Amino acid sequence: MQLTGAELLVQLLEQQGITTVAGIPGGPILPFYHALAASKRIRHVLARHEQGGGFIAQGMARVSGRAAVCLASSGPGATNLLTAVADAKLDSIPLVCITAQVPSAMIGTDAFQEVDTYGISIPVTKHNWLVRDVRDLLEIIPAAFRIAESGRPGPVWVDIPKDVLTAGIEIAQLPLPSMRTPAPQVDDEQLARAAALINAARTPVLYLGGGVIAGDAAGAATAFAEQAGLPTTMTLMGLGAMPVDHPLSLGMLGMHGARYTNYALAEADLLIVLGARFDDRAIGKAAEFCPDAAVIHIDIDAAELGKIRRPDVAIQGDVATVLACLAPRVQANPRARWLERIRELKQQHPLALPGSEDVRSHYGLIRAVAGLLDEGAIIATDVGQHQMWVAQAYPFRRARQLLTSGGLGTMGFGLPAAIGAALAEPGRTVVCFSGDGSLKMNIQELDTAVEEGVNIKVVLMNNQSLGLVHQQQDLFYGQRIFAADYRRPTDFVRIAEGFGMQVFDLDAAADPRACLAQAMATRGPCLIHCSIDVNQKVFPMVPPGAANTEMIGG
Amino acid sequence: MRMENDDLKPGKVVLELTVANHPGVMSHVCGLFARRAFNVEGILCMPTGDGDESRIWLLVLDDSRLPQMVAQLEKLEDVRSVGRHGADRPVFERLQAFFE
Repeated sequence: MQLTGAELLVQLLEQQGITTVAGIPGGPILPFYHALAASKRIRHVLARHEQGGGFIAQGMARVSGRAAVCLASSGPGATNLLTAVADAKLDSIPLVCITAQVPSAMIGTDAFQEVDTYGISIPVTKHNWLVRDVRDLLEIIPAAFRIAESGRPGPVWVDIPKDVLTAGIEIAQLPLPSMRTPAPQVDDEQLARAAALINAARTPVLYLGGGVIAGDAAGAATAFAEQAGLPTTMTLMGLGAMPVDHPLSLGMLGMHGARYTNYALAEADLLIVLGARFDDRAIGKAAEFCPDAAVIHIDIDAAELGKIRRPDVAIQGDVATVLACLAPRVQANPRARWLERIRELKQQHPLALPGSEDVRSHYGLIRAVAGLLDEGAIIATDVGQHQMWVAQAYPFRRARQLLTSGGLGTMGFGLPAAIGAALAEPGRTVVCFSGDGSLKMNIQELDTAVEEGVNIKVVLMNNQSLGLVHQQQDLFYGQRIFAADYRRPTDFVRIAEGFGMQVFDLDAAADPRACLAQAMATRGPCLIHCSIDVNQKVFPMVPPGAANTEMIGG
Repeated sequence: MRMENDDLKPGKVVLELTVANHPGVMSHVCGLFARRAFNVEGILCMPTGDGDESRIWLLVLDDSRLPQMVAQLEKLEDVRSVGRHGADRPVFERLQAFFE
């Protein structure tokens, strides 16, 4: 079969099971777009900014657990993609980014729209390639998917010069699509030591991170907690791994966790850490985190074991596999005294959600949205106060229900990620909680949402401010609010309408609860606008650099 | 990067990396050290055998972060193995003549 590099690339993506890609065309990538136009199996979603395209792909990957593809042309196309890729790296999201490069002969000449894409993508990817020969695509594309999805997932980047896309190639048949690399064997001796520690512990806590969700181990982790009587906390990335209303759930730990959660952790004599990396927002001051606890750390990435906290038992492995091996060695234990103590802590130091009855307040709006949805709904957030309020107050009950930028904390993540989620799961309702600061960072994707007719509900909590900056300046910088408030109000209702999007303005509604219900029941994209009080804080809060037990507020 | 002419002092370690031989591998390895603010005192790289692989010798300080650096090196796709040597491999001492 005689193909161009571009046609070969389309076929390799098709056989990898790719059905939707997001991107923006430009000069050097046009040969690929020409070939893509003829594909009957791949739908192209035109983003309005390459970063939006990257986050649309992330949304698809986060809900499916499979690598998703984003496309950009050379130069600014590639640099615009960079933030979305760095975000995927920090949250371990499998992405395959494909960019075009100026023709091979012009590389290194400062050609028009030339940038060293290979060089700038090294620090933000798991692996990357500059394709030098059309034949190399046969090896690189399957490898790209294998590396993105195997072990600890992450983004990979393939940069392809224009002449490689137009070059001819004669092949008898396509190479086989790639399979994931098998997880490492679990060390039997470490398993035995882990089981002994768990069986001997009096006040153990199970600590679930994003790896539990990436490793499809949420059900196994919950069953393990029930068997061994383990109070269970989750990181931001781990929310949904155990239903938050489960009797053993302690909710989210860390900077904006409930007081009872951080206090319970401080009393732990054993931490069983699954697929988590002791992130500073989760553990606060590392030296004072769970000072009396032994640590069992289980992670697929060997480099995480001992990176921050030296574990007593370290097991490199797939979380679900390790749990399956560990569970038979762990004694069933109701741990009545410890669970009684947890109940006491919950009673003495509950998570306060002031205003949750008022639909036009921050917590109230989140609870009202939750009340209108079942656990099938997907919740995306942007980054800021609203993100933390959602993490605290939304009742997450299943893995892959929450899509949020955890590690990089990228404002502008929410809207395009929600679009991607809705493209991958068209039968579900996707809600994007956002703030006015975040929404403005990728607001052009409202256009994409309307064009694609995706079923997303953008809930805009508008305080005319960069709320989390405002909060920090108010609390820690002598109330000198600087460069945090927007001086004039933005008319988001008209902006959304300008993009052809339906708007439900709770500010103007006589019955805001009915207005919200109507918005949720309306199929297709819409914006739900609600002004909130700029002086509301995310509490409790661990001040930067403090130990988790030194919370303020709440 | 700073090259030191003096003998291998205690506290220095020689890392021996076997890597895929293609343009970009040096960027991956050097970038890993640079962005984690871990100084490389010396570096030497040559293709081996039929040119499919290269060997990289790195002279680094043996501080508490070294195990993490090795763990990160082992995650690079193009790095096939990482070995660690002390004074038994005086690679850099033997090069001293070129730096006098």
